[in-house]
Amino acid sequence: MPWDRNQMAARAAEELEDGMYVNLGIGIPTLVANYVGDKDITLQSENGMLGMGPFPFEGEEDPDLINAGKQTITELARTSYFDSATSFGMIRGGKIAAAVLGAMEVSESGDLANWMIPGKLVKGMGGAMDLVAGVGRVVVVMDHTNKHGDSKVLKECTLPLTGKGVVDRIITNLGVLDVTHKGLHIVECADGVTRDGIVKATEATIV
Amino acid sequence: MKKVYATASEALDGLLHDGMLIAAGGFGLCGIPELLIDALVESGVNNLTVASNNAGVDDFGLGKLLVTRQIKKMMSSYVGENAEFMRQFLSGELQLEFNPQGTLAERMRAGGAGIPGFYTQTGVGTQIAEGKEVKTFKGKDYILEEGIFADLSIVKAWKADDTGNLVFRKTARNFNPPAAMCGKVCVAEVEEIVPRGSIDPDRIHLPGIYVHRLIQGEHEKRIEQRTIRKREEA
Repeated sequence: MPWDRNQMAARAAEELEDGMYVNLGIGIPTLVANYVGDKDITLQSENGMLGMGPFPFEGEEDPDLINAGKQTITELARTSYFDSATSFGMIRGGKIAAAVLGAMEVSESGDLANWMIPGKLVKGMGGAMDLVAGVGRVVVVMDHTNKHGDSKVLKECTLPLTGKGVVDRIITNLGVLDVTHKGLHIVECADGVTRDGIVKATEATIV
Repeated sequence: MKKVYATASEALDGLLHDGMLIAAGGFGLCGIPELLIDALVESGVNNLTVASNNAGVDDFGLGKLLVTRQIKKMMSSYVGENAEFMRQFLSGELQLEFNPQGTLAERMRAGGAGIPGFYTQTGVGTQIAEGKEVKTFKGKDYILEEGIFADLSIVKAWKADDTGNLVFRKTARNFNPPAAMCGKVCVAEVEEIVPRGSIDPDRIHLPGIYVHRLIQGEHEKRIEQRTIRKREEA
């Protein structure tokens, strides 16, 4: 069985090490916070917060306290707040150890596309371009194929790029792949998924 | 030095002209200058270019200025929550200059600090880099981004004293300090104006030198995505 959303998030959580400052994107990456266990991880929210806490209990929502997905959240004992310029200063300055992001497409050379579909979907890049350019390590979490069964792991991205050569590791419902100079390297297969199964579902070069 | 005005409209009096560039604070609907935006709608000022991370929603925040077609161009990083914005953009009625979020914040900060341009790795190799100077430092490519020098800044803070010293609250700070800094004139709206001396000088987030006019008012502070957890998950 390929991994479900929660299993992908749990696998992504294994990428995080004790003491790291980490930025989690919207969607499956947000779920990663549920699986960090005892590790001492500080989550950054790029709208101006380090030390992001869980969602509030009903009645305790604060309109002045949201994450980058505009969801109401809470603070922790370690929390600090700052402005957007300072927030992206720490991102651009390489102070954030890792980012876990969703994607529409990833290429074998680590190109990432996740911000627009020309003529169809115009949402914007938000902080994704800054994150992939600045953080220490970029981990992408996404389904291996789209709803038509086409590979989202490609030789070349077809959509406008978020960053060029920026992805280090791809975690999909089928397994874990690393971006290397020669192509993609299969690190791990999901339970019941074979190496052949991943190769068949992947348009990109696997080495 | 009188900075405190009675209403948002009075605070904007004499500052507005068609075609002007306005920098606005806020992230989503959090920490947006909602009273000043309403006053801009009332003023009828037109052909605006607005630098703001988002554009509100259809009936709140900058979305109101889109509905009235007072905005000609937006400089933003994310417009995903706004149906009217999408419609106007896809039909070509509205110009949109996408800026990566950190680039937008730094362009404002730089403008406010007298820096006309800076180099960043953000956007290298993407369509954001098209037409921009590329410079190599220590083997890595960077693109030139320009500081934003706005005609007017509109921002929202939690508290102020009458000299314009501002204190923000939690993540409602976001773009407000850099947006405030980059305007020739900055108008701030706050929830409470407190007596001079009652804010510890070490607790001031933005010094009053950046703030020229000030109003106090009631804020709706709408929540965009109300998310909660159940008690038993505690």
